[in-house]
Amino acid sequence: MKETPESKVVDPGIDETSRRLTPEKIQRVVKHVLNKETASRLQVYLDTCVRCGLCAEACHTYLSRDKDPNFSPVGKVKATLWELVKRDGKVDGEFVRNMARIAFTECSVCRRCSMYCPFGIDIAYLLLTVRRICSLLGVVPLYLQDTTNSHAATQNQMWVQQDEWIDTLQWQEEESQFEIPSCRIPLEKEGADVMYSVIAPEPKILAQLLGNMAQIFAVAGENWTMPATDGWDNSNMAMYSGDFEIMGRVERLHWETAARLRVKKIVMGECGHAFRGAVYDGPRWLGWQFPPIPMVHAIEYYYDLLSSGRIKVREKYKEHVTIQDPCNTVRGRGLGDKLRYVVNALCENFTDVTPKQEHNYCCAAGGGVINCGPPWKRSRMVSNRVKAEQLAATGADIVITPCHNCHSGIEDIIGHYDLGMHVKFISEIMVEVMEVPEHLKG
Amino acid sequence: MTLVRQEIHEMKAKNWDWQIGTRVLADLAKVRSSYARVDELDVSPDGELIAAPVKLEEGSFTACINEERWPDSYEICWFVRFTPAGKLIALVRIDDEWTVAVDGVPWEERFEYVWNPRFSADGSSVAVASKRDNLYGITINGKPWGTTFQGMRDFCISPDGTRSAATVQVAPLAEADVPAFFAGVWSVAVDGKAWNNRFVNAWNPVFSSDGQKVAVEIRTDICDYAIAVDGDPWPSRYGGVWAPICHPVDGGVIAPARLDGAWVLMKDGNQMWDGRYNQLWLQQCSRDGKRVAAVVSPVFGKWTVAVDDVPWRRVFGDMVQQPVFSPDGKHVAAVVKENNRWTIALDGEPVAADFDMIWDPVFSPCGSHVVARAERGGKYLVLYDGRTGRTAYDRLWEPVFSSDGRQVMLRYVRDDKYCRQVVSLNDLLK
Repeated sequence: MKETPESKVVDPGIDETSRRLTPEKIQRVVKHVLNKETASRLQVYLDTCVRCGLCAEACHTYLSRDKDPNFSPVGKVKATLWELVKRDGKVDGEFVRNMARIAFTECSVCRRCSMYCPFGIDIAYLLLTVRRICSLLGVVPLYLQDTTNSHAATQNQMWVQQDEWIDTLQWQEEESQFEIPSCRIPLEKEGADVMYSVIAPEPKILAQLLGNMAQIFAVAGENWTMPATDGWDNSNMAMYSGDFEIMGRVERLHWETAARLRVKKIVMGECGHAFRGAVYDGPRWLGWQFPPIPMVHAIEYYYDLLSSGRIKVREKYKEHVTIQDPCNTVRGRGLGDKLRYVVNALCENFTDVTPKQEHNYCCAAGGGVINCGPPWKRSRMVSNRVKAEQLAATGADIVITPCHNCHSGIEDIIGHYDLGMHVKFISEIMVEVMEVPEHLKG
Repeated sequence: MTLVRQEIHEMKAKNWDWQIGTRVLADLAKVRSSYARVDELDVSPDGELIAAPVKLEEGSFTACINEERWPDSYEICWFVRFTPAGKLIALVRIDDEWTVAVDGVPWEERFEYVWNPRFSADGSSVAVASKRDNLYGITINGKPWGTTFQGMRDFCISPDGTRSAATVQVAPLAEADVPAFFAGVWSVAVDGKAWNNRFVNAWNPVFSSDGQKVAVEIRTDICDYAIAVDGDPWPSRYGGVWAPICHPVDGGVIAPARLDGAWVLMKDGNQMWDGRYNQLWLQQCSRDGKRVAAVVSPVFGKWTVAVDDVPWRRVFGDMVQQPVFSPDGKHVAAVVKENNRWTIALDGEPVAADFDMIWDPVFSPCGSHVVARAERGGKYLVLYDGRTGRTAYDRLWEPVFSSDGRQVMLRYVRDDKYCRQVVSLNDLLK
């Protein structure tokens, strides 16, 4: 058997758990999901697919792995869901382990393949259905499950304690005042126009991003707030581990926190999956057709600030930059033009990627893949050679990544393929180049 | 405002000044000119006081009430709020340690951190989550729990403020120790004593009105949920549960549960309503406990209120917030949102006017009138029985009825002046 980067991976989250499964339990869970949870949508997709394979060319994993059909979207569905249906759920633990490996680590549910499917089948949904089955069987990569457990216990992604959250905001408020003395991070300000929400890595390991936003809000003159309670984290790895109950719980608290603070909208930081969870998957699982309160992604917010003149650029950023189009906000929401407006407004020397916008390649970190942790990193790197080639072709020095998963994923790609580039969030560039009005200089 | 708190509030309100007229109580421009920074404002329940955290100089903060300040200053002073009893509290940092200051006097106990203050219904108790030596607990009126825990999240206090309960982590959990997590490391501690039972998760504890019982949402496996009461789970498991409440009269525990893909309302482990909903949460009892209302989604994407299992005919696309019963239990009102416009619906019918934002409806003591504060175009307005007042305020807090329901107290800011106005109900919109 050919050795692959993943063939020797040890992950107790899928190795040990899959060994403990009984055929009866597997079949019961498979039948429950296929008969009670997925209903007609899954059936239509399964019946519609004509096995043409046109989805293959869309997939970064397939392309990066020398067009091995096992890594094509249709190949992944064939090895998992079709088999489950064909065998009426009568599979063993080893099958489930392989199924988990494919669904969690070799597909980032980026939905690029849906655009190449002549019928528009949401192939990512099929792989998410596989993940749902795995989750109910308790077979989920260890680090991803641990992240979901964090969501369940703390309502945030990184086990951030309640006091750590508030303390970090107060610290970042002070930090931001070194730049703009009147800067504030107003906590629990009922009736503010905007609630700003972020994902847990910001208070945990990237706290300076909070201080950056305090400066941006100050210059924009925004009436904003952040909660001093749980409900501040907009991320949702439970959505990707297949634990939809925890996904719904996290999203409900997020929305109800915004409602409690009586804000008119939520502006969220630079994260793609969080946008998907908060705007699409979460609300719909809970019963909302649309988010109950408008949610604005950072890209769109920055676009509004720059195009309206609320933020003016003092001097454009001089480094040679390119961008990573996050799947969930560009392919999923169509923010590609606004992203380019923002980057052109802030930066002097921008080279676009090819392919771009909704056709851009995924970072291969999204969809919970990077959250599967260190055991799967090499596999993830091998699965995205095309991304390295795409970025290298721009000749840029900086990759702007308005998404946390993209940010970490591209950073890994740059390191693995020795591209000699750096990654930055938009906010990092914005605070560097924006004009601070005299009255705020203190 | 809880049901019990409403009753206490009505009692207290009898002693307040209900003379018709307006009094200017603070010149906010003067306040702002006196300090380096003035943060979020809060007003006292009787309307006599307005307060805010203020910055004196770098690293020095205190609270300002009307135009006076607390004599002491602190390294940080924030979350300045009035209790239902009208005392002013703040979270303050002194010599790098945290505590609560009440009317300018800090508790003697100091902590690594304190946060999330809660008040008893009558305001006599102030409780906070507290952390010391990296362990967590609850502190009420300056007295911390005798036992502390490795982790703590949701907490509540009994209506009389003498007891507290929190979801707590009762065993260590190593990084990425998934088996230990699913073996259960979470429980509930009541007055610092943890239940014997452990759960995968526990959320949203609540006391019964007599303070003798605690109910909580629990999770016992990947997708097994239930309600536990005083440590004992209901016998059945569900695909999901939401926060329980306790019946104000019989103490029964009422909670939504997901049963075969639909949400139902349960009481003490038995199905209470026949209705099966796409979603159901935020259940409330009338004061006498005879009626129950909840937010429900009868079909995907549509929301309304069900009263005693009968949904209003009118549904709303965006959001419906927690239903509010009139004191006599005859009427139900709720904040509703449709097409990104907010308003109030009363007994199933939304009022004609809509707003950029609206706050919870307030019933008159007799239950026949409803007022609310609303925001439109950056100004605040009074909504009274579906009609919008003509006066626009720069800030407006929740309108307060007198005990006899004949007057309404408005607490507002106009032209940089904080004012307390008592107006006859008949003149409210003039």
